[in-house]
Amino acid sequence: MSRLVISGLSKNFGAIQALSDVSLSIEPGEVLGLMGDNGAGKSTLVKIIAGNFRPSAGSIRIDDKPVDFHRPIDAQREGIEMVYQDLALADNMTAASNVFLGREPMRSLGPLKYIDYRRMNSVSTELFKQLKSETRPRDLVRKMSGGQRQAVAIARTLLSEPKIVMMDEPTAAISVRQVAEVLDLIRRLSDRGISVVLISHRMPDVFSVSDKVAVLRRGQLVCSKPAADSSPEEVTGLITGAIEAA
Amino acid sequence: MTTLDDIIGRSQHESLFSRIRGLQLFWVFTAAVLACLALTLLTDSFASERNLFNVARNFAFVAIIAIGMTAVIASGGIDLSVGSTVVLSAMVISVAMASGLPFWISALLALGAALLVGLVNGVLIAYAGMPAFVVTLGTLSAARSLAMVLSDNKMIWEFGPDHDLLLWIGGGSTFGLPHPLWVMTILAVVMSLVFKWTRWGQHLFAIGSNENAAVLTGIPVKRLKVSIYMFSALTAGLAGILMAGWLGSVTTNLGQAMELTVIAAAVIGGANLAGGEGTALGAVVGALLIEVIRNSLILLGISTFWQGMFIGTFIIVAVAFDRFRNLRT
Repeated sequence: MSRLVISGLSKNFGAIQALSDVSLSIEPGEVLGLMGDNGAGKSTLVKIIAGNFRPSAGSIRIDDKPVDFHRPIDAQREGIEMVYQDLALADNMTAASNVFLGREPMRSLGPLKYIDYRRMNSVSTELFKQLKSETRPRDLVRKMSGGQRQAVAIARTLLSEPKIVMMDEPTAAISVRQVAEVLDLIRRLSDRGISVVLISHRMPDVFSVSDKVAVLRRGQLVCSKPAADSSPEEVTGLITGAIEAA
Repeated sequence: MTTLDDIIGRSQHESLFSRIRGLQLFWVFTAAVLACLALTLLTDSFASERNLFNVARNFAFVAIIAIGMTAVIASGGIDLSVGSTVVLSAMVISVAMASGLPFWISALLALGAALLVGLVNGVLIAYAGMPAFVVTLGTLSAARSLAMVLSDNKMIWEFGPDHDLLLWIGGGSTFGLPHPLWVMTILAVVMSLVFKWTRWGQHLFAIGSNENAAVLTGIPVKRLKVSIYMFSALTAGLAGILMAGWLGSVTTNLGQAMELTVIAAAVIGGANLAGGEGTALGAVVGALLIEVIRNSLILLGISTFWQGMFIGTFIIVAVAFDRFRNLRT
């Protein structure tokens, strides 16, 4: 049973055909590297899966159940989480506060309700341990490295026991050492049976963690196969159009 | 050999951290205390009960509004309309009381008028997406104009049947402390707790810190922003009522240019105009410092024309301080 199956997905914005007839599937724990040039439709595809857009045609199934998302919250309820490129973190707040932002655990003192910081810190500590990231829950995000920030953003998705985590360019604009850290984070997710959709321009990163690669060109899926059967050269050719399809 | 657990479990360098973070507040407070000590030694009048009573009452008005302003600034906004909200609130309560209404109903009307200003600010900023600076500049002009229309630009000094109650509430004292100081203290304590321990408080800082992130995590940013501007207006309305009682008469120039002093107090107290930072205690200490400077210039016989120079210098020093702090970390 596939975790996610999309079939015949199309999306047009007025006269512009952003996606045409894309079909793709992801297994539990599988890491899919999604590649393509700017404007090839990667973001559109991911945003449809995350519930930001509705497709013009086609269907999405999660664990063999047809789904139809109207808003991002619908997708979250089905276990789809998104890590945004800018990470969407509040710099002046602690790691724990960021992990729980918008869903803080509350305690009651008579009629008064207050934020349960102890629980936030202990759960965050646990999540960072699982991710094997040296991130301290009480540290301000402002003072963190790119890898730690990424860990905070990923820990946030883990709060809801997700089925699929989609990451938009997680390794752009961070140092080489931190890239290794982030790739490790992705492997941890996969180890836990969470499927990962990784959008990236960085070929070596994609090939080092992906089980499967998919390439979009001008809204069409031109390749979807195990990473072991492909190569950076082939993918580059597919992205630019030098190779028609594979 | 340190394990991962050790590193994650290690709390951050708490003492150093809190020292760095508390630094601005600490120095501002020290400056205020030093100024008080110097004045006590240099003048006979500063430490007199009467003068301290005056200082305490005067700074309370600014501090009350500065707490509301801190909430706005910490959320990444600004509210220029507070001075006009003060006069509108004061005018509504005086006109209502002069017409024979009891104090409590008039006070509710005044706070209602203030909240309405906040609502207009909040809706235009959050839902229409207009810049806070421009919107509140507009309501700054509109609210004062409304106060003039309401009073026909006349001074009001007779407040109907509850006249004495209003004067007692604004100008009286309980257990030796003036009432505005009580209001300020309660507000500061409550808001310190609210900022740290409630979702409203934390989400406010999240918006100021990264509004986009707040939206993506599902925080009701727009509704929250409206409530923040309404809170700011409420503090101004509260101050307006207290000032009406304290002065015993209300004119339409009440609270003129007060927004600048209030913003100065909040910024000196550590509120970051870029958003995401600020404390209720900081707002109080900032307001205290400004009042002590003002009072000391008068007592030392220095021309009050110098007042702006001192306050301006403090604002710039406070921001410069913040700048250095961020460079170092």
